[in-house]
Amino acid sequence: MSRFEESLAADLAARGKAAHFPAAVYVLAPLAAILFQVYVPRFLEALSYLELPLLTAIYFALMRRKPASGAFIGCVVGLAQDALSPHPLGMNGISKTLSCYFAASLSLRFDVENTLLRFLLGFFFYLFHQFFFWSLSRGLLGEQSDFPIPQTVISAFLNAVIAAALFSFLDRFRRDD
Amino acid sequence: MDSFLGRYRNLSVLLLLVVGQLLLLAYQVRSSQDVPLIRVWTVAAAAPLARGLEWARTAAAGFFSDYFVLRDVRAENERLKKEIGELRLRNHLLSAELASAERAKALEQYRARIPSKTLAVRVIGAGAGPDTKTVFVDRGSSDGVQRGMAAITPEGIVGKVVAAYPMASLVQLITARNAVASVVSQKSRVHGALEGTGASLCTVDHVENKDPLEPGEWFYTSGNDRVFPRGLPVGQVTLVREGRGGKEVLVEPSALKSRIEEMLIVLDGVHGLIPPPEQAPAEGVSLLPPPPPEGAEAEVPAAPASGGALTDADRLADRYRRLTEAQGVQLGVKGRIADFTRNPAPSTDAPARKAEPPKAGKTEPPRP
Repeated sequence: MSRFEESLAADLAARGKAAHFPAAVYVLAPLAAILFQVYVPRFLEALSYLELPLLTAIYFALMRRKPASGAFIGCVVGLAQDALSPHPLGMNGISKTLSCYFAASLSLRFDVENTLLRFLLGFFFYLFHQFFFWSLSRGLLGEQSDFPIPQTVISAFLNAVIAAALFSFLDRFRRDD
Repeated sequence: MDSFLGRYRNLSVLLLLVVGQLLLLAYQVRSSQDVPLIRVWTVAAAAPLARGLEWARTAAAGFFSDYFVLRDVRAENERLKKEIGELRLRNHLLSAELASAERAKALEQYRARIPSKTLAVRVIGAGAGPDTKTVFVDRGSSDGVQRGMAAITPEGIVGKVVAAYPMASLVQLITARNAVASVVSQKSRVHGALEGTGASLCTVDHVENKDPLEPGEWFYTSGNDRVFPRGLPVGQVTLVREGRGGKEVLVEPSALKSRIEEMLIVLDGVHGLIPPPEQAPAEGVSLLPPPPPEGAEAEVPAAPASGGALTDADRLADRYRRLTEAQGVQLGVKGRIADFTRNPAPSTDAPARKAEPPKAGKTEPPRP
């Protein structure tokens, strides 16, 4: 990150924009999101397209406004998700690390309290995550699968709607500086 | 150096995390080995929670249905369902054996053969990530489950264990992308490789255009993959068409038509036989010999009437015959069903009434 970004981050933090959460929230929210993804699609298969772990990690990255912290959160959540999936460890980890890093970088430039912006960020980062995951599958694992564009765009829209609601819910636990 | 890292702290952290994970990926891809420690820790943390959720859901659902709605009926229903499942599986094995040889000989063979050793497991969660087509079950390596073991239900094959942890195992469904099983068709004995597509249907590869295959035909496991024992039902062909490199065949897995709650892990597999085409899978055990040819009625030995029946089966057959005749219902024909709970009229037939041969070609519809 450049000096300009660092000074801007410091400025925003000084103005009380950076948010903090109780330690339990950092653990329980991603864990609940992963458990949701593990458990609920058994009964409602359509909900397997909800990427709650990604949305939760993006939220913390946006609110913390620190790219390094965002990348770390994305890495941990992604690796935990990989461990519960048949994918090699690191596929979700790398995708979420980059997604959260860029989300945190963007939060330094935009007002991420805005619901419409949150919707757009949820939409964009879901697409980014899915595309990057697909690229890794093709590039590193040699999987010959097509990228389902219409299906991914619809999923991104649904995830963005959920993201806007989820972010508002998680706002209740934040402690602004 | 310190000032450099301090200046580019965020970028350094990002590079460190990404490069670390890339190295982790490269290690797994190159050595074809997993990093079990991370997975074991995560599953060990998630499995009790998933099991708790499942227990809470079952307890809540059971509480309402057991105590408010049906009380003991549900427990009995569960027991009967389990019993039916076991009987179906046993029935399938019996039917495969009995169709291959004479009844007595097949029974002897079946008795001599050790059946597959299985372990009943319960699904406690789905694999993380969209469209992974994997499920977690509540038994793991501490119960003898190992990677590569087959997962089946009485309806057919489900998938195979792709990871076994101490307290849980991950089962990849046969519909998952890249999941494969070696299969053979029931009627024309066409061999192929069943491959999951990520959707509800599977494809069968390596089927040549000249191979005879029709929609509705059943596929069974051939046992060549050393995962699934031979003779387990897989599914029915839903689409066949000629393609460039061979036939395009779509199969609907019979075990995955509904949501899976329980399944059996094959701990020690025993190959079975594939039933002949005229026999429906998992049902239709024919204990009677084939019917005599047309016009041979005169040579059919006379069946004894109720008074002179030789066996219990003869007496039962005579009772049913008289009941259906009294109610004007023809056996073996679709339509009205006779009330077999009534008492039959006393037999007025001659003692040596000729037996009618059973209607040819009447079999129960295939049921997985």
